[in-house]
Amino acid sequence: MKKIKSFAELQKLRNDLITGRKESYNAEPLSGSVRVRVHMGTSGIASGAAEIYNFFKTELEKRNIQGHVIKTGDMGYCFAEPTIEVTLPGKEPVVFGNVDKFKADEIIEKYIKYGELVDGVIPVNYQTITI
Amino acid sequence: MGEYQMQILVCGGYNCKNKQSSDIIDSLKLELEAVALDKKVKVVKSNCFGLCTHGPVVKILPDGTVYTGVKTEDINDIINEHILKGRKVERLLFHDPVSGKTLTDEIELSPLKKQLRIVLRNCGIIDPENIEDAIARGAYMALGKVLTTMQPDEAIKIIKDSGLRGRGGGGFPTGVKWEIARKNTSDEKYVVCNADEGDPGAFMDRSVLEGDPHAVLEAMAICGYCIGASKGLVYIRAEYPLAVKRLKIAIDQAREYGLLGKDIMGTGFDFDIEIRYGAGAFVCGEETALIHSMEGLRGEPTVKPPYPAQSGFRGKPTNVNNVETFACVAPIILKGAEWFSSIGTAKSKGTKVFALAGKINNVGLIEVPMGTTLREVIFEIGGGIRGGKKFKAVQTGGPSGGCLTEKHLDTPIDFDNLTAAGSMMGSGGMIVMDEDDCMVAVAKFYLDFTVEESCGKCAPCRIGNKRLHELLEHITKGHGTRADLDRLRNMSVVIKDTALCGLGQTSPNPVLSTLDNFYDEYLAHVVDKKCPAGKCRDLMQYVIIKENCVGCTACARVCPVNAISGERKEPHYINPAICIKCGACMEKCKFDAIEIR
Repeated sequence: MKKIKSFAELQKLRNDLITGRKESYNAEPLSGSVRVRVHMGTSGIASGAAEIYNFFKTELEKRNIQGHVIKTGDMGYCFAEPTIEVTLPGKEPVVFGNVDKFKADEIIEKYIKYGELVDGVIPVNYQTITI
Repeated sequence: MGEYQMQILVCGGYNCKNKQSSDIIDSLKLELEAVALDKKVKVVKSNCFGLCTHGPVVKILPDGTVYTGVKTEDINDIINEHILKGRKVERLLFHDPVSGKTLTDEIELSPLKKQLRIVLRNCGIIDPENIEDAIARGAYMALGKVLTTMQPDEAIKIIKDSGLRGRGGGGFPTGVKWEIARKNTSDEKYVVCNADEGDPGAFMDRSVLEGDPHAVLEAMAICGYCIGASKGLVYIRAEYPLAVKRLKIAIDQAREYGLLGKDIMGTGFDFDIEIRYGAGAFVCGEETALIHSMEGLRGEPTVKPPYPAQSGFRGKPTNVNNVETFACVAPIILKGAEWFSSIGTAKSKGTKVFALAGKINNVGLIEVPMGTTLREVIFEIGGGIRGGKKFKAVQTGGPSGGCLTEKHLDTPIDFDNLTAAGSMMGSGGMIVMDEDDCMVAVAKFYLDFTVEESCGKCAPCRIGNKRLHELLEHITKGHGTRADLDRLRNMSVVIKDTALCGLGQTSPNPVLSTLDNFYDEYLAHVVDKKCPAGKCRDLMQYVIIKENCVGCTACARVCPVNAISGERKEPHYINPAICIKCGACMEKCKFDAIEIR
């Protein structure tokens, strides 16, 4: 990456990232693949999020599902760790809590393949800002 | 959706459950079966929607309609109208009394939600190890704006006008702090980020650093530009290995992209950040002790003044802010002081992140606007007390704070209200206690912590806290007298008045606040020699209720010290002189014949 030389260059980079001209986390659902965010802060990892991350990485490939698995920090749902967020193309993200391997398998088979929700959904219970 | 054409989400959160949301799920399933739709419509129980006062909440997919205040009687309407005919059930939609509008989906309803994420805006969304994720979400935009369009004084004015106060505990106005640091002239100045989060049960700063490290780095650079510093230091405890790792990666990537280092964005402004590790001493959260620790000296506080803004790290003007304070800066710059000061109460602006812990259902991190009440935090967002027990107290502000009780539940949370109630905001830990917690033992727990963490420099803290701890030990052992309670109070007041730094000046707070709010519990310990919560072992006695005992000998067999005697089929007896109060007999007894007195 060459250095950003001006504020305009930073703004251009941001625009390219948002519109998908440059590949970024946001571009994946645009390009038609599934995005899975595994919340891996300390409390997520302590409850086994690393295992879930690896599970999604290998299983999505094995089951021929085009998808991106991303490590992020925690969302604050410590009572339900490990938590993951799944975004299907053209859909709002959905957060699932208490995800173990069985749950992860269920999520792939039911939600990712057919859009069928499974128990353990954590609705967006907050308002947030965008800058 | 596979075989399913529609899905119904029913809130299974604490408040909706209290209003019979499980019945709604059951009857929905039954009714759907009755009209042979159970293979077409799926019912899913979800966690809390954050709309607790308007529950029970039902959301229908794929159209996203949200119904509030649903009762079991309404289910037929939902099925007949919405599911079968595709018409919304008007009367179950949320009608906003203020605007007069009808809010139908979650996006429209979101302003009713109690939580507002400013500090945690990117946590769980971006990959913290990929700077481009952060940039796409707007990181470094505020830095760009400040460097290209603002003079340092203008930026400081925005922070001042926003009313942002230090989130580390003290609540000092951040803009004023920056202004003082700017006015002190020197060849070199420093920006320090205090990431030495030491309160037991608090993990706000860790989560921010793990989830969105760039928010902190960007704000430090903005602060550097404002006060005239070219060097930043993050003081972080080595016990946070993941936060340290992600922070390091973030700093490296920011340098690689030219967002830290020499000539940032071609403006001629230089700023770089280094990491300094702390060994996890609580006192190093105090800014002078923190600076000494960074200099390689013992982590001991010194008398202020001189304030760090005058003479701090290596004797140069230094501005110290907490992680959460820094994380508020970029949104303020981009959205303006007015926006930020419109959130919160008269004297405390913006939002505050709290770490909910203890006997609460939804343990975790939350962010609410200042002015939210404790009741809303504990019973709505926190999901109430675990196991349906009774709320007793909430400890805010860590070892420096106090215990607040039921009568404080409707107090709007802000810096001044919490101080007036005898506790403090602190860094944002909230430990919830239920009826099973002994308040004397809680006070002792916190004193345990401060005795351990006292740096030992001044006598009131080093010796006084130790004595306080001994007195509490004495009381929980059942040797206390009424005079001890007066002694506790007197000593606490003297320590508060005479200790050198914030640690000692606040360490008796847990004792004072429990004395104020739970005096009867202290009295029970010293007069009746009883612990009402059944926590203090030395004050408990296991007793066999003769009427219930059938003489099965199960308790006698399980007792590890042979304290239980008695003939078969005759009531047994526990010898209090031998009993070690392990509770094994009580667990084993099938006849509820053993009780604690």
